[in-house]
Amino acid sequence: MIGWIDTVLQGVMLGGLYALFAMGLALMFGVMRLVNIAHGDFIVLAAFLAIGVALGVQITPALIVLVVLPVMLAVGYGLQRGVLNRTLGKDILPPLLVTFGLSIVIQNVLLEAFSADSRSLSAGGIETQSLRIAGDLAVGWLPLLTLVAALALASGLEWLFGRTRLGRAFRATSDDPEAAALQGIDHRHVYALATAIAFGVVTVAGLFLAMRTTVAPSDGPAYLLYAFEAVIIGGLGSFWGTLVGGLVLGVAQGIGFRFDPGWGILVGHLVFLAVLLVRPQGLFPRTRD
Amino acid sequence: MAASVERATRASRIAGAVSVVTVLTLGTLPAWADSSTLRLFVEFACLLALAQMWNLLAGYGGLVSVGQQGYLGIGGYALVVLADLGGLDPFACVPIAGLVAALVAVPVSKLVFRLHGGYFAIGTWVVAESFRLIVSNATIVGGGTGTSLTSMREFPKAMRESLTFWIALVVAVGAVAGVYWLLRSRHGLALTAIRDGERAAASQGVNIAATKFWVYLVAAFGCGIVGALYFLMNLRVSPDAAFGVSWTAFVIFIVVIGGIGTIEGPIIGTLLFFVLRETLADFGTWYLIVLGLVAVVVMVRFPRGLWGYVAARFDLHLFPVRRRLADRRT
Repeated sequence: MIGWIDTVLQGVMLGGLYALFAMGLALMFGVMRLVNIAHGDFIVLAAFLAIGVALGVQITPALIVLVVLPVMLAVGYGLQRGVLNRTLGKDILPPLLVTFGLSIVIQNVLLEAFSADSRSLSAGGIETQSLRIAGDLAVGWLPLLTLVAALALASGLEWLFGRTRLGRAFRATSDDPEAAALQGIDHRHVYALATAIAFGVVTVAGLFLAMRTTVAPSDGPAYLLYAFEAVIIGGLGSFWGTLVGGLVLGVAQGIGFRFDPGWGILVGHLVFLAVLLVRPQGLFPRTRD
Repeated sequence: MAASVERATRASRIAGAVSVVTVLTLGTLPAWADSSTLRLFVEFACLLALAQMWNLLAGYGGLVSVGQQGYLGIGGYALVVLADLGGLDPFACVPIAGLVAALVAVPVSKLVFRLHGGYFAIGTWVVAESFRLIVSNATIVGGGTGTSLTSMREFPKAMRESLTFWIALVVAVGAVAGVYWLLRSRHGLALTAIRDGERAAASQGVNIAATKFWVYLVAAFGCGIVGALYFLMNLRVSPDAAFGVSWTAFVIFIVVIGGIGTIEGPIIGTLLFFVLRETLADFGTWYLIVLGLVAVVVMVRFPRGLWGYVAARFDLHLFPVRRRLADRRT
């Protein structure tokens, strides 16, 4: 019994990381109806930027964020303004194919710069410490911190979208870019801001990923799939839904891994497909796509 | 003055004649070419057929799939199961592998068709990954490390190579001619209408759901055949090689750069892909970086690709699928 509680608990912790992966994807889809195939690769890119900084100078992960975050925000804004805005329109092909091309480029640039080896980021010791709950039950501080970050980002993004001027602009452009333009909203700028914020979330996800485990240049697509599954399981239009979707996926994988190490990810995929079969709108849908 | 509907052009008649001569010449290749040339052609045929299938799906059906490697892998493993474990003739297994893939596509389509646009793309990818993981856990076909195709050992090398080559030729010609025939038929008219405007097509009585379902099945069939053909040549199957997303990556580059929504585009794209691959192979990852960047630039600046540009500039259609009204003064 205690083994099962532990499995679910660790699954929830893993789900916190998946929720972080998923929120950036959900944000870009929510505002622009844009599906970023390179999403996972940008998570890996952020992780490698952090690892690169840590190789260059000896600073704590908290300081690394201050270096990597502005870079990723600028990349996000520039990417949307310079490239992705040109691909948006009635046709769904251009944004998909452009981000697919970017995915291949990022993977191979990272391969050229860092080789195929897996690397990780030192978290200054907390990655090995854990919090004892009861008896043999314990959670690591780092996974717990990841879950807290996911909770904080979900509530932060809900607040941003629901309560702020910028959030209103996001929702207005999402509903009707032309009507929003009539109210003086420049949708190109708003889209670029949305992508910049999404890339901020991606950076947080990448840093926690690199502290938790090793990353390799070719890992991006797997993370894209986890992020996507969390978004669909949770339902479109709500960051709380996305968070729950991440947790469900984490628990599903955890239970799968418990049965057989080769099954963990497969069980996650199968739970996603089962949700698609019985509840295609997701668990907590707010919008229809 | 009478009006008539024109379906062929002078260019298309010339292209047809050139195609027949080219295919007949290629058919004699096993008599005088070396093994590596034959292998290169089989690979070419595989990618050309895959590109035609993906173009049919994405360029006409509006179904942007990133998961066609799932059906390729099923085709490859169907060959292993039927020929090695079931004792069937491996060459006869090629069409059966296509049928198996199409059969699997029936239930899968019910699931992935619940997703739209970009989410459909990633959903198909999840399905392909699930297939890969299931096969990786199946020890009877070698699990994660894969297995060798033992049933091919009983054939002498020359016979094996020639037969594989001729099957490849049939598959390549069949893919191009099949798509051409399909697009010129009533179904092609429905597909083109869907490509140009789903709602308008529906208002004219096109059954959108049924048409997309059949396109998805045909594409799965084609990919399954390619999977069996490729591993007939390769003689070794592994989950990572059979279900790798790089298959779809290459096919997307081929179709986008060549020109999506045309039959000529994938042919030009495949030729260009092989020229690039053979000349830039020594540059390793840089070759893929360049390929990715070219695809991004082409999609942003020239969304209709190389052939789309040529067709618009010179009104040249080698495989015309349109019906054009022509004035014929009598």
